[in-house]
Amino acid sequence: MSGKRVVTLTINGDQTEVLCEPRQTLLEVLRNNLDFTGTKEGCSNGNCGACTVLMDGRPVVSCLVLAVEAEGAELRTIEGVACGSHLDEVQSAFLEGAALQCGICTPGFIVQTEALLAENPNPSEDDIRFYLAGNLCRCTGYDKIVRAVQAAAEKRQVARSV
Amino acid sequence: MHAFDYQAPTTVAEAIQLLAKHNGTARPLAGGTDLIDQMRVGRFAPEVVIDVKKLKELNVLSVDADGLHVGAAVPCYRIYSDETVNSQYTALADSCHIIGGIQIQSRASIGGNLCNSGPAADSTPSMIALGGVCVITGPDGTREVPVESFCTGPGKNVLKPGELLVEVRFPTRPANSGSHYRRMIPRNEMDIAVVGVGASVVLDASGQKFASARIALGAVAPTPLFAQAASALLAGQPVNDETLDKAATAAREIASPITDMRGTREYRIHVTGVLVKRVLQAAVARARGEDIGYCRGH
Ligand SMILES: Cc1cc2nc3c(=O)[nH]c(=O)nc-3n(C[C@H](O)[C@H](O)[C@H](O)COP(=O)(O)OP(=O)(O)OC[C@H]3O[C@@H](n4cnc5c(N)ncnc54)[C@H](O)[C@@H]3O)c2cc1C
Ligand code: FES
Ligand code: FES
Repeated sequence: MSGKRVVTLTINGDQTEVLCEPRQTLLEVLRNNLDFTGTKEGCSNGNCGACTVLMDGRPVVSCLVLAVEAEGAELRTIEGVACGSHLDEVQSAFLEGAALQCGICTPGFIVQTEALLAENPNPSEDDIRFYLAGNLCRCTGYDKIVRAVQAAAEKRQVARSV
Repeated sequence: MHAFDYQAPTTVAEAIQLLAKHNGTARPLAGGTDLIDQMRVGRFAPEVVIDVKKLKELNVLSVDADGLHVGAAVPCYRIYSDETVNSQYTALADSCHIIGGIQIQSRASIGGNLCNSGPAADSTPSMIALGGVCVITGPDGTREVPVESFCTGPGKNVLKPGELLVEVRFPTRPANSGSHYRRMIPRNEMDIAVVGVGASVVLDASGQKFASARIALGAVAPTPLFAQAASALLAGQPVNDETLDKAATAAREIASPITDMRGTREYRIHVTGVLVKRVLQAAVARARGEDIGYCRGH
């Protein structure tokens, strides 16, 4: 019924159970029920990409997913990107390249970049702009974000070749 | 969001039964990229949401003697990652690359795009151009409706209460054929079409004459349109500017767009002609095996 139900899913490698209502979006449940507040809410209508998470390896906007749809899913959120206190290449490239100002868009950009680099380890500037077109940033003007993604891709390529 | 029940049936029969049981108060959920937002803003308040992504018939993406079968719930990224779609049903791949950004394409389906029945839906003109047929199942059995007859008005279509779109089937592509979809938007990506045009052409063996063509228009009428007269006049004609101009003129004649913030009526009619010509040129080039230098999704 429209009452609560238990959803079992894996978040960043850990299996979790959560009690939620069908009307709750995955974004709401991540933030409000599970305290994964790294995933941000910008628009709540699929346009800004701030709420991007990887669901079974594919980037999705979690504001347009019902939490009950995530039954059995493997999620990766921004909290699963760093390894302990060790930032990954994308995170450090954003930091070093000043690819953020207020930072509300950053978790979404980083998760989306992880999806891009998994699919295409050596993207052109055009590939990057196209793949990140579903992520909006009001502060940076995008150029620094694109450069940070290029830097992260290079660093990862070098790391892989040694 | 309002409170509702969520069901995820695993057979079409079960889904139909659920839809029938909740006559008119249940809604199918595919990728949710239209429906979840529509529920959030209160435009729709179904009592039951029926997730159709676990139905195997709606996840089919395969080719057989009848042609290409695309399950109604198959998301865009699977469609444009498919080798056959890319090489033979190229207009459909073009459309799927355009719907939203990558995140939206992970979930958005062509079934949802069609059933949402927006005048500017980007996959509908391609489906019309490629001769798509909707396979619909309901309490009274299965029926087929050509894509161009599916939408009946903005947000309206031929589905009766209790009916589900199962798949869209496309006929086998003939030799010397090519197709393309393109839309006019003021940005490079993530926008709603000012005008969208899909076309499929079949050339004669020499590659110099049209054997047949199908042209479809989006965002210029309350529903996507099959440009029948413009399509028919191409048969037997040489591929040249004069022929393409005739088709563009005939297509403009059936456009009855509105004026809104994206463009005036006059502008949309003008753009219809320009796009019809360009899309036909690209479809012809593809039919000849030439590279059209088109950058996907732009
Ligand atoms: C940020 C953003 C950008 C977008 N950009 C574009 C764009 O560029 N071009 C474009 O055309 N659209 C765009 N859309 C709209 C939307 O993504 C598409 O219309 C998409 O194809 C809908 O598919 P879905 O699977 O998500 O449908 P859903 O939201 O699941 O369903 C849509 C409607 O169809 C009904 N339905 C779904 N499946 C069936 C079925 N099998 N049988 C009967 N009824 C069914 C549902 O009940 C609902 O009413 C965008 C949306 C967002 C949020
Ligand atoms: S909050 Fe989900 S896309 Fe903006
Ligand atoms: S850094 Fe502020 S929105 Fe991107």
